[in-house]
Formats: sequence, structure tokens, C-alpha cells
Amino acid sequence: MTSTTLFPAVSRLLHWLMAVMILAMLFIGVGMVTSPDWYHWLLSVHRPLGAAILVLAALRLLNRQLNPPPPLPRDMPSPMKAMAHLSHVALYALMFAVPLAGWGALSAGGYPIVLYGAIHLPPILPQGAALYTALHMAHEILALLLFATFLAHLGAALAHALVFRDGVFESMASLKAAASRQAEPGAR
Amino acid sequence: MPAQTPDSARYGLGALRQTSWLNLGIVVAAVAGTAGAFAYAGGWIAPQRLSQGRIIDRFEQVNGQHPGFRRNHAKGLCFAGWFDGNGEGERLSKAAVFRAERTPVFGRFALAGGQPYQADMAATVRSMAVNFALADGEIWRTGMNNIPVFPVRDAAGFYDQLAASKPDPATGKPDPARMSAFLAAHTEAGRALALIKAQAPTAGFADASYNSLNAFRFVAASGASTPVRWSMVADEPPQAPQPASAGNADPNRLFDALETRVERGPVRWHLLVTVGQPGDPTADATVPWPANRERLDVGILTVKSVQDEAEGDCRDVNFDPLLLPDGIQPSDDPLLSVRSAAYSESFTRRAGEPKSPSAIQLSANAGGARP
Repeated sequence: MTSTTLFPAVSRLLHWLMAVMILAMLFIGVGMVTSPDWYHWLLSVHRPLGAAILVLAALRLLNRQLNPPPPLPRDMPSPMKAMAHLSHVALYALMFAVPLAGWGALSAGGYPIVLYGAIHLPPILPQGAALYTALHMAHEILALLLFATFLAHLGAALAHALVFRDGVFESMASLKAAASRQAEPGAR
Repeated sequence: MPAQTPDSARYGLGALRQTSWLNLGIVVAAVAGTAGAFAYAGGWIAPQRLSQGRIIDRFEQVNGQHPGFRRNHAKGLCFAGWFDGNGEGERLSKAAVFRAERTPVFGRFALAGGQPYQADMAATVRSMAVNFALADGEIWRTGMNNIPVFPVRDAAGFYDQLAASKPDPATGKPDPARMSAFLAAHTEAGRALALIKAQAPTAGFADASYNSLNAFRFVAASGASTPVRWSMVADEPPQAPQPASAGNADPNRLFDALETRVERGPVRWHLLVTVGQPGDPTADATVPWPANRERLDVGILTVKSVQDEAEGDCRDVNFDPLLLPDGIQPSDDPLLSVRSAAYSESFTRRAGEPKSPSAIQLSANAGGARP
């Protein structure tokens, strides 16, 4: 097998934690707007979870600067590398855009933005019905885009693991505590 | 396990050929399965689910299209004022609104039903919605009605009642056959409607009392949780409605009377909290609690001015009954989440629609400047 350079442990931890949170969030989002019996309970989870994702996304972007990801295999065709790069830019952009659009929509709609108990966020935009409509729509469309990008990411990750078998999946999926400092995958 | 692929070839078509069907199947199944589960959660696979979208669709089917207006309680008037807590409520709830201090409020008086230009009738259900802006930045919103109980207890009952009470175009009244079928299917509604009919309406908005109908829970600083219902009880003695013939053809007579009354001076209500006992039903808004339950007076609501609906005032606010401060929690009443979901859907639809003027336009010397 190809030797693999792992993502730093803190990067893997952030990745898998956020993977679970974002996937749960997307299911909660589409579920709550079509299930009136569960609406309140799901919405009560949706707001603090969204706020946590926004904070973690910022931490993750910072971590990415401090702990850069390992390079992709050298022999990976450049169109595939470009796709991988683009999908990660999209994932990062949407991790910020979806919660911010949600926060903005609640602000413009004049809603209290309750996280838990008396803990609430301030509005980030002035109240306005037209602004609410635009941001609410943006929140939904961007969330669906995030889900589509997630599906592409999932498919690509599994293709790396089961079709290409190039060590890219293992670089994120490993449970080893420390990142190995061996040669990059595919290097000669 | 296929032979080790040379690196140069592992991304080509050759790689696909060397991949077992099982591995390919796992990739496809994982993506398709996740997409399918998502579609199920979002109701795309189960369109028969009674979603909030379908509930609001039914309002539109029954009332017709009135873009920009609330799908229910469409005809209304904004108000502004304050709430003076007397401190008594702190025994049951840690919410800042119950301290012995003043909380600014705005709200909305309305007639039930999705017709924004319906003529005022004493028999139509009247509502008061209130937004409390608590000192610590929290918001409490509540929507209350001048009936003693809610006619139905769950989403299905609500959905069926809407269809059953749709006026027959031929007679202008609900089809009796459909109404009987509804009452047979939802026996709680018959009992509730009898209680509602037994309570005579008052003359107007200012002498009416408004009830939360649903049960909630007050949570005290000690953590103790108490089932409650609440009412805004008019300070003015209730008057009998004027007979419909006595020169009151004005289609806005109830709202106009309120405007006149507010011009004369502030109108007050006492917020009375009905304290539930163990065993009192909290999950069924069609059933009243025993009449001897303690009613705790926690403060006075003062309505100082009224404003016709316009951009940025109470018109563009969702009086969702589950926008609660710390110290007030939902009960196990299933109707609460359904109301919250339906209000949200109505709000989102109307926010994006062009607006028409409200039926109620105040005279220039109306009871006060906009807040």
C-alpha cells in the first residue's frame, strides 16, 4: 500500500465533528419545515447547532492556516485536483454562508435569536420583510447547495478509498493520534 | 484484492475496471442512500405528510388568495403600550417580565379568519397578540383569543376543521354534512364548540378578555416547574354586543370603537395566570381546567395607542406562541408546535408578497403617534 501522510490530528477531529454536526443540521433543517409536530423541538436544536457550526468553521479555517492539509497525490490528474480544490472552497464558503444567512434572516424577520434559556444572539441586520424573504430563501438554497456539495464530497471520498485507493481517504479517516511525517502519498 | 495498480494508472478507466462490484456498489449506495434519506426527511418522498405548508395551503383554499396578509387573523390593528409587573409572578417564573417593573409592549388586535376585509361581527373570534421586550433583551410573544378553549386538539383536527367550516358557495354557510362528519371524527371538537358557544361575546375589543388556550409551564428560579394557562382580563366591565340592526353597518365597527376608546384614554387588562394542579390536562387545549384553580394577578397591560398596519410595525411580526423567554416553557400540548410551524409558514409567505392596505385605516387624529 501507499504510505500516507495524515491530516494533523486536530484537523481530523474538527473534520469529523463538523461532518456529524453539519449532516445532522441539514436533516434537521429539511425535517423541521415539513414536520409541524417536531418543528419546535427541531428548531430549538437548529439555532444553537448552527451557531456552533459557525464558530467551529472559523476555528477550522484558522487551524487550516496553522496546520495545512497534506498535499494531494502527485499523480492525481489536474482536473481532479481542481475539482477537489473547488469543492473544498465551496464547502468552506457554505459552512459560513448558511449559518450567517440564517442568523441574518432571523434578524430581518424580527425574531428573537435564542440559543438556550436566556442566552440569545443580537440581530446582525435591521428588521425588514423584503430582507427577511431574500435571506430566508438564500438560507434554504445555500443549505441545499451545501447538501449537494456534501454528497459530491462523500462520493469522492469513498471513490478515493475504494476505487483509486490512493491514501487520500485514509489521510482523513485514520484514528492514529499523530500525523506521520513520511513522504507524501504517491511520491517516488 | 486486485494486483497493485501502477500509480500512473490508478485514476484512469483501468482503475474502474479493477474495482470490484462490491466496492462500486458501496460508493453508489452511500451517496444514493444519503440523498434518499434526505429526501424522506424533507417530505419529498411522502407528500401526504401533514406539513405546515399543507396547513397554510388549506387556509388559502378556504379563504382565497390575499397576498401580503396573514393566513389567519388577517384583519387587525396594531397597538403600543406597556406591561407593569407586580412581582407576584416571580413565585412561579424567573422571566424578567414578572418582576415589579415596566416592560414595553406592542401588539395586535385581530379577528380570526383569513379574510382581511371581512365585516366586523361580535360573534367572530377576537384575538390579542402581544410582544413583550424584556429588560434583559429577551422577547416574549403570545397570541390569545376571546374563547374559553381551542376547538381542536391536534394538527389533524385543525386541518379537518378548516375544510369543514368552509362556507358552501350556494348557502354562504358551512355544509352541515361535512360539519357533522368532522364532529363525528373529532369528538373533542363538539364538546369544545359547545363551551365556546356558551360564552357570550362582549361588545368589543376593549372589554373582551383573551386566553392563552394552550397550557405552558412556568419555571421558577428554584427550578420548580408549574403548569399554567394565562388570560388578559379586561379591566372594563364586559358589555353586551349591540344588536346587528342598530345603525352599525360600519364594516369596521369593532376596530373603530377600539380606536375611539383608546383616544379617550389608556385601556387596561390584568394578566391572570391560572395555576394548574397535578392531573390538570396540559396536552389538550379543548379541555378547560376546573374553575376553582388559583388565578394569580401578575400585572397590568396598558394599551396607550393604536396604529393601522404598515411597513415595519406589528404587521411584519410573527406572533408565534412559542417565542418564549427563559422562565416560560412549552407544555406537552402537541398543538403548540403545530401553531408555531404554521405561523412561521404564514409569516414567510406573506413577507415575500406585495402588500395591500389594511381594511382599517385610522383617522388622522388617531390615538397616538407611531412608537
